[in-house]
Amino acid sequence: MESIFTFDSLLFTVLVKVLVIVAFFFVAALVVGYLEHKVMGHMQDRTGPMEAGLGPVKHGVGQLVADGAKFLQKEDIIPRSADPWVFALAPGVALVPTLTILVVIPFGPGVWAENLDLGLFFALAASGVTVIGVLMAGWASANKFSLMGAIRDAAQLIAYELPLVLAGAAVALQAGTLSLVGIVERQNELLLFGAVPVWYGIPQFVGLGLFFVAAMAELNRPPFDMPIADSEIIAGHMTEYTGLRFAFFLLSEYAGMVVLSALATVLFLGGWYPWPGAELPDGPLGAVIGTVVTLAKIIILTLLMTWARATFPRLREDQLQTMAWTILIPLALAQIVVIAIVIVVLP
Amino acid sequence: MSETLASETSAGGVLPGAPGEALQVEVRGEGELQTQDMNLNVGPQHPATHGVLRVVIDVDGERIVGAQPVVGYMHRAFEKLAEHRDYRQIIALVNRHDWLSAFCNEVGVALAVEQMMELEVPERAQWIRTMMCEWNRIMNHLMFVSSFGLELGAITPMFYAFREREDIQHLMESATGGRLHFTYTRVGGLKDDLPLGFLKASEELVPVVRRRNQEYRDLLLGNEIFRARTKGIGALEPEVALDYGVSGPSLHATGVAEDSRVTEPYLKYDEVDVAVPVARNGDSYDRFQVLLDRIDASCDIIEQCLANLPPGPISAKVPKQIKAPEGAIYVRTENPLGQGGYYLISDGGKQPYRMRMRTPSFNNVQMIPHLLQGELLSDMVAIMGSVYFVVGDVDR
Repeated sequence: MESIFTFDSLLFTVLVKVLVIVAFFFVAALVVGYLEHKVMGHMQDRTGPMEAGLGPVKHGVGQLVADGAKFLQKEDIIPRSADPWVFALAPGVALVPTLTILVVIPFGPGVWAENLDLGLFFALAASGVTVIGVLMAGWASANKFSLMGAIRDAAQLIAYELPLVLAGAAVALQAGTLSLVGIVERQNELLLFGAVPVWYGIPQFVGLGLFFVAAMAELNRPPFDMPIADSEIIAGHMTEYTGLRFAFFLLSEYAGMVVLSALATVLFLGGWYPWPGAELPDGPLGAVIGTVVTLAKIIILTLLMTWARATFPRLREDQLQTMAWTILIPLALAQIVVIAIVIVVLP
Repeated sequence: MSETLASETSAGGVLPGAPGEALQVEVRGEGELQTQDMNLNVGPQHPATHGVLRVVIDVDGERIVGAQPVVGYMHRAFEKLAEHRDYRQIIALVNRHDWLSAFCNEVGVALAVEQMMELEVPERAQWIRTMMCEWNRIMNHLMFVSSFGLELGAITPMFYAFREREDIQHLMESATGGRLHFTYTRVGGLKDDLPLGFLKASEELVPVVRRRNQEYRDLLLGNEIFRARTKGIGALEPEVALDYGVSGPSLHATGVAEDSRVTEPYLKYDEVDVAVPVARNGDSYDRFQVLLDRIDASCDIIEQCLANLPPGPISAKVPKQIKAPEGAIYVRTENPLGQGGYYLISDGGKQPYRMRMRTPSFNNVQMIPHLLQGELLSDMVAIMGSVYFVVGDVDR
């Protein structure tokens, strides 16, 4: 048997990959959370966090670390009438799917943990599991507000998973592969009218919009945050949670923003390529450039989500469902038909 | 409970589910799926109730089938306290039941005592009171603009509105010394004259408030989601509104332009143009629109006050110990949230024999069951956020 300390042993590679992914998961959530605090603060004519910092660097860069430390110290309360096991497990169930999606996302040429042939399928399937954690939390809390929030969340997922999957399917159709790495590479070869290099976001702009809206709805981001509508049902499924378990739910929201933005980047915005038809140098330099480009695109998309949060009021649950079933899903289906016809007609 | 179960009326006289007995299942209706209403306590600690109002609602899924406001969690016995305070102290007291309309409240009490004593209040004091009432009205309305947005999930108006509120509070603090509880009025006039620079600052602030008010229109009234959430929600008919004694913006939104600044002017309201903005449908959208229009109307009144402010004394000659003559009086004022009334009975002493307050919030809250009937749970916040009440003003 190989020693795991051999540099290229299977176990060692897996260990490194897991460590890197978990580290990225936490750091990305912190960065996006911090950006949201600051950007939304400035949009609202205030400064956002200013005090907490790391050493001489202030401007609140350490705010989320401090928040995390605070959550650690909080008492972990489980309500007496709650179902203790389900209650305790729920935040983990909500968190882990987001983590697993990161496994298949390519950040640069060669910078991915696993290039699954069914990458897109895996990512979309895993993203739907989060709702089980939310339902568990809402049910186990033994709180009417929590239950209401959880049921709203489940209803929302059913309505929004469809446009999300259909928009993704259209991309897979055009790329001819379900592998996310393959999609990025095929995307960079696309020539519109045989001459203009573009990403899938241009011919499939409808899909891009659908995917982005559905992603925000799936993440319960405003204006689709009915499941946690704090002025109606307090905080939905999170009402009874304290301390670290509550932090897990928050973390899964921010990490979810990163993951779904990364998916949108890979599917529609050219992945690691800085412009359509670009060539990256081989080797580590290309990998670094590609990773930076991907991260920049992810941050731009998460900032868009923040902008929406600062601008829009919340929709009503039935209005959201109406929008999903009468507008988004027919649009997504129509788009798939159009893409399919175009692919058959144009070689 | 056990008595009901054991009585002859329960099926066959057998206790359902009792030890040794088979569980009896009663099939109701045609056997279709029956749903049970859920009883939900919204409040007394709930973000949508602005304090400690409690609304007990019955919901069928998301639909509200019944609602009942439970008031009294914030009862602080102001009316009883007033019987044990002299008039100067009462002015500090009435600042506090509706903490968002402090100045308008204190003017109402001062007017009641002055009218009983037949005091002639100097012109300048009356003009300043009028202007301060309007500044207070804008501050109050900005608070509801911000909280209504927040309840619909738009967090940004909150921060914007508090920016203007801060400016106005700063202005009023320069004259009165208070940020929330001004206690600027005295029986017969005012505590002090305006400080230097107040008029200039006032003049500069009015256009700022007007401009920012336009921003709220663009940000909220012009927003598709906001319109979808508020149009046709919680529509109030004018007859029902009058039956419930609803007043202020909630009444104006139904099309009834009853405003005691116009119909029964006090202070200097008969010498300025008071615009009373009205709307037609009486729904949440209209109530909110009226609120924004009232901010503009108040800006107009402040400009007229600034233009007409005469020099002179700010207080009438009053005895050291103020005693209202024996008798009773009812004074009504247009508070920011609606009709404020002060019924004062004096036995000739330095304290009132009885003081009864008619507060707009109490009546506004009473129509909540009527408005919530049959609406969705999400509409509850759109309705409760737009009937405009302050819990302290409800419970006193």
